Amino acid sequence: MSNVALAKTDRPLGGVRWPGMHNALLLLFFAGLAGVPLLYYTGQISIETVNMLGRYMAFAIVAVGLDLIWGYTGILSLCQAFFFSLGGYAMGMYLAHHGGPGGMVDASGWNIPACLYVVYPYKVGEAPGDAMLPWFWKPFYTLPATVALGLLIPGLVAFVIGYFGFKSRVRGVYFAILTQAITVAAWLVFSMNSMKLGGTNGLTRFDKIAGYSLADPDVKMAVYIITLLCLAGVYLLCRHIAGSRLGRVLIAVRDNERTLRFAGYRPHVYKVFAFVAAAAIAGLGGMLYTPQMGIFTPANMEAGMSIMVVIWVAVGGRGTLSGAILGALAVNLLYSFFTSEKDFILFTWKSEYWQFVLGGLFIGVVLLFPKGLCNIGRCFTGKH
Amino acid sequence: MRKEILFSLTLDACLRITRRQGGTVAEKKVKRTEEIENVMELHERIEDYKTDSPRVSRFSEERFLLFLEDITAVFDGFRALDIEALGIGHNELRVIIGPNGAGKTTLCDVVSGKTRPATGRVYFEGRDITGMDETEIALMGIGRKFQTPSVFDSLTTYQNMELALPGRRRLWPNLYCRETKEERDRILGILERVGLLEVRDLEARYLSHGQRQWLAISALILSDPKLLLVDEPAAGLTDSETALTAELLLELRGDHTIIVIEHDMDFVRRLDSFVTMLNEGKIMAEGTLGELQENEEVIEAYLGR
Repeated sequence: MSNVALAKTDRPLGGVRWPGMHNALLLLFFAGLAGVPLLYYTGQISIETVNMLGRYMAFAIVAVGLDLIWGYTGILSLCQAFFFSLGGYAMGMYLAHHGGPGGMVDASGWNIPACLYVVYPYKVGEAPGDAMLPWFWKPFYTLPATVALGLLIPGLVAFVIGYFGFKSRVRGVYFAILTQAITVAAWLVFSMNSMKLGGTNGLTRFDKIAGYSLADPDVKMAVYIITLLCLAGVYLLCRHIAGSRLGRVLIAVRDNERTLRFAGYRPHVYKVFAFVAAAAIAGLGGMLYTPQMGIFTPANMEAGMSIMVVIWVAVGGRGTLSGAILGALAVNLLYSFFTSEKDFILFTWKSEYWQFVLGGLFIGVVLLFPKGLCNIGRCFTGKH
Repeated sequence: MRKEILFSLTLDACLRITRRQGGTVAEKKVKRTEEIENVMELHERIEDYKTDSPRVSRFSEERFLLFLEDITAVFDGFRALDIEALGIGHNELRVIIGPNGAGKTTLCDVVSGKTRPATGRVYFEGRDITGMDETEIALMGIGRKFQTPSVFDSLTTYQNMELALPGRRRLWPNLYCRETKEERDRILGILERVGLLEVRDLEARYLSHGQRQWLAISALILSDPKLLLVDEPAAGLTDSETALTAELLLELRGDHTIIVIEHDMDFVRRLDSFVTMLNEGKIMAEGTLGELQENEEVIEAYLGR
């Protein structure tokens, strides 16, 4: 029976599509863990390149989160960049606390971070009584509290959006629009100077993380390795969720929510879970991104950024988790390649042309490999 | 006259039950009389109810598993359903027939919580379930198979069954709990019975229409509800598939309460049980299929328009 033959090779969504995928991912992990430091310490690549790879891995973490909510549960969320930024701002506030130059101390003895000098237009050293550090800056003074809040705050925001959205059965494109509107609103709020988060300049002047100087190449390498390990951890966690009964309920939500309800499940509980998990994961990505970028501005939560996350997952392949990682890394590496100016004999490649490459890539993948890059193998064997 | 129909019907049912279960002649006799008494009493109660005034809802008692009282469902001013009283006894197999638009599926929708009735009450096990949401009603023990078999396309046959396992609806335990050996055996047993064993690892999207119907029915059986609402189980099936579906339902008869909605008269004949005929949202006639087929009104409703 051909059906049965198909059943052997055709693993359900949630399984790795072809065995090579697993090995490819493992290879990539070890290349990142051992190969990149080796290349750096032998002088083949600069620390900036390592830093850049680390940032792309932080993006890949966000993409894995989106795959959980979009690929598995079928809910298109356009506010992943917002959750990413909540994590990014949390870490940014921690770094700004310990950044330089200091010198302005408020009445209760708190050092006012340099990036807030825009809001407090005083000279360094002056400490007028009304220039107080905003209360919401204070919890981000220690690293453990920052890490906890960087996960909790996006999770909590997602819980509120998800609980009310899913409970009142907001679905499909309406939910996507809702999340996008929230992102735009948040972007406007974070861009205001009066929010005391640095306005459009964002959080800058980072200096030390956990007592180590961020300018030190060894510290940069350490942050890179931590990012890689976090990516691996997040991947394994999501893999576990996807492989459990809970993961199958998530797929069932995507396939046929109504039937699930008549079978005695409460789909909104599962949707809120996936949404909160995706948000906390995005927050983690943001926290790892900030120290490697050295600045965090509201530009990171512009509407387009959330769409970029969707493109990474779509290019890599929805509902595969590994595809999200491959998609995020591939698109970003292409980005860094195509946005550098190159001189050819007849014309000069300009960074603005990147948009055409991205558009072409997206259309090409959707047309030729609708299941994404990580399912190319299946496209050639003719199994859809 | 109605009592006579019931009598013959019940006699039949009892014969079938005793035949299946074996037992001595004396046992059979006791069983038969008990069975007759039960059904007669139930029916009398409904008759009482209709003549009783002022109406007091006395039907939330344990005698009926499901009782519908003065139910109307209205869509844009159109009365899709208008039922004075409909009671389904414990472990009864009831078939509901009727022409297109008679309100059969709407009846299912009202019972399973998909549609809220404009007026009236639905009692299940003596509890008023009107206005509860689908999940709550499902958790109370009302399972439903939809007209078009709805299964989860991206999950395998086995995984579809796994999601139907009774209990196991909570979020956190699902993160780390796997099915037990007994649950696994039960799933495989049912799949073997309906011939889906060899496609257990195939995604449901590749199943044929008949296989999907059976998967939906198997999942319903596995979830072990107190009341099964089976909407058109024979739709789009071949003759042999229809026969197996009827066999499955008959096997459940006796220890499950089942409401079957069906168009296919051969199928209804096979089930050989008490039939309620709906027309334009109202109960038009009740009785055996043979009786209904001789009823002028019923013939008129099916052929007259």
